[in-house]
Amino acid sequence: MASIALPEVHRVPSGPARKALSPWQKWGMILIAPYVVIFIVFVLYPVGYGLWLARHPSSYVSLVDDPIFARAIVNTLVFLIVGINLKMVVALFLSGFFVQARTWIKWLSLLFILPWALPSIPTILSIRFMLNPEWGIVNSLIFRFTGADGPNWLNDPYIALSMAILVHIWKSLPFWTLILIAGRLAIPNEMYEAAAVDGATNWQKFKFITWPSMRTLYLTCTILSMIWTLGDFNSVYLLTGGGPADLTHVLATLGIRYLRLDQVDLSMASIVCAMPLVLPLVYFMMKRLSR
Amino acid sequence: MTWKQATTEAKLLLIGIPVLIWTVLPVYHMILFAISPKDSAFAGHLWPDHPTLRNFSIVFSEQHHYLSHFWLQLWNSLLIAVSVGLLTLLVATFAAFAISRLKVRGGRTIMNLALFTYFIPAAFLAVPMYKTMGNYGLLNNQWALILAMVTIASPYSIWVLKQASDKLPYELDEAAKMDGASPLQLFRLVYLPLMMPSLVAIGTYSLLLAWNEYLYAFLLLSNDKQITLGVALGNFLAADDSPWELLMTVGVIYALPPAAIYYTFKRYMVGGLTAGAVKS
Repeated sequence: MASIALPEVHRVPSGPARKALSPWQKWGMILIAPYVVIFIVFVLYPVGYGLWLARHPSSYVSLVDDPIFARAIVNTLVFLIVGINLKMVVALFLSGFFVQARTWIKWLSLLFILPWALPSIPTILSIRFMLNPEWGIVNSLIFRFTGADGPNWLNDPYIALSMAILVHIWKSLPFWTLILIAGRLAIPNEMYEAAAVDGATNWQKFKFITWPSMRTLYLTCTILSMIWTLGDFNSVYLLTGGGPADLTHVLATLGIRYLRLDQVDLSMASIVCAMPLVLPLVYFMMKRLSR
Repeated sequence: MTWKQATTEAKLLLIGIPVLIWTVLPVYHMILFAISPKDSAFAGHLWPDHPTLRNFSIVFSEQHHYLSHFWLQLWNSLLIAVSVGLLTLLVATFAAFAISRLKVRGGRTIMNLALFTYFIPAAFLAVPMYKTMGNYGLLNNQWALILAMVTIASPYSIWVLKQASDKLPYELDEAAKMDGASPLQLFRLVYLPLMMPSLVAIGTYSLLLAWNEYLYAFLLLSNDKQITLGVALGNFLAADDSPWELLMTVGVIYALPPAAIYYTFKRYMVGGLTAGAVKS
């Protein structure tokens, strides 16, 4: 019945609108106006202005000549490929752990959301202090148990970038695990019971029931996470500040670096250069959501 | 308990304990610093010999030059977060009502544009936004941050509210129209009451987004009397002689309200906000 009723009711509000401005259309325009104004003043104008600032080809030449730019692109790709796959695989695994019916796992899941619920500034700064080579708690413990000095965590570009990736994972793992838990809970339990009757192992249950039902969700999550990770400014900036020697910048922090050096054209050019990476992913997500 | 059950429990614990340590350690470390006296904070102990609340009293009485505007900055954070929450609710509720219930012409296009804005990471819009605010003469004005955050929070809010609104039966609108209700009466008497859970979720979402924001806040505000507590925390990093134990104390104070709000409204947050992503 609903399928018959649906096209009919859709037509009613828009029907009279065609002739003249019905009060419904009039009020619709008044009520949507605030957002349209915000969009024009704070999205459309900045984007247009930004593109105008980035119009000189010479900006791109000096950008490509800047070794820090090349380094930032490599870092961003490493961040995306390693960070996201690691995060999503762990989230998929942990979602299987958290759906187990145990009281202590319920309590643990409440604590598990903490990184996501807390603001990133104090927690990332806390991690930064933990990794301080002289008095950080990590190296203190390493010294106490092994008698050797720990690594100089944030002064080595490779370790520093790895740590930034770990901070990113620490912060966003709870969110993706929650989503994948919801995905797992949507799978009817009868399927697992039937599989158990047939004597399926846990791996077979995962391979033939869980994964096929979660594949689309997992892919959507991965794409969405890629977009968000591309814009993850805090994990890098608050942990390493882009250092040592500007070797750990990613595209999200590079624009701010140029801005602080008063090179606005380079800043905008670097953002424009990030778009070929961002826009296809955004297009994919838009397609997915408007279905 | 059979042998098989025991091994299952052991395996679960083998996952659970590392997960617990991984999750809690940075938070614990922050609290540890906050309750440690200055000299013992750096000794690398897992629990201070003499836990103290002295750091909190130093922060509350602003007894350090880094903290001279602590209460004002806390107030700034609160003011900005609440303003963003309320303004976003206003803008997004109106827009979602117009698109979903009034079927305003061009509503679909506007929805798509908003979604597009939502998916472009905010960090990439920060520099153009900063330059624009400069053009508008709003730099170092708290309205700059409020308006920027409303811009960032609105698209997702409109989308979530539109999804929720689309689920309300259209017969309600029809009945209201039959009774001669105006669009505003429909909005106030039918739409708002039915949308309450989503409105709570969106209000909380935008409030937390604004409270937690660092990048836009430090770009748009720089005067010590206007910055939020989050920016003040970042400013500690500028000096080598920063009082880390006080920094972590402020961090705990800064992190408590959002944590409290999150856990209070967790029901709404998980239900209202993950629904969109799970739809796949």
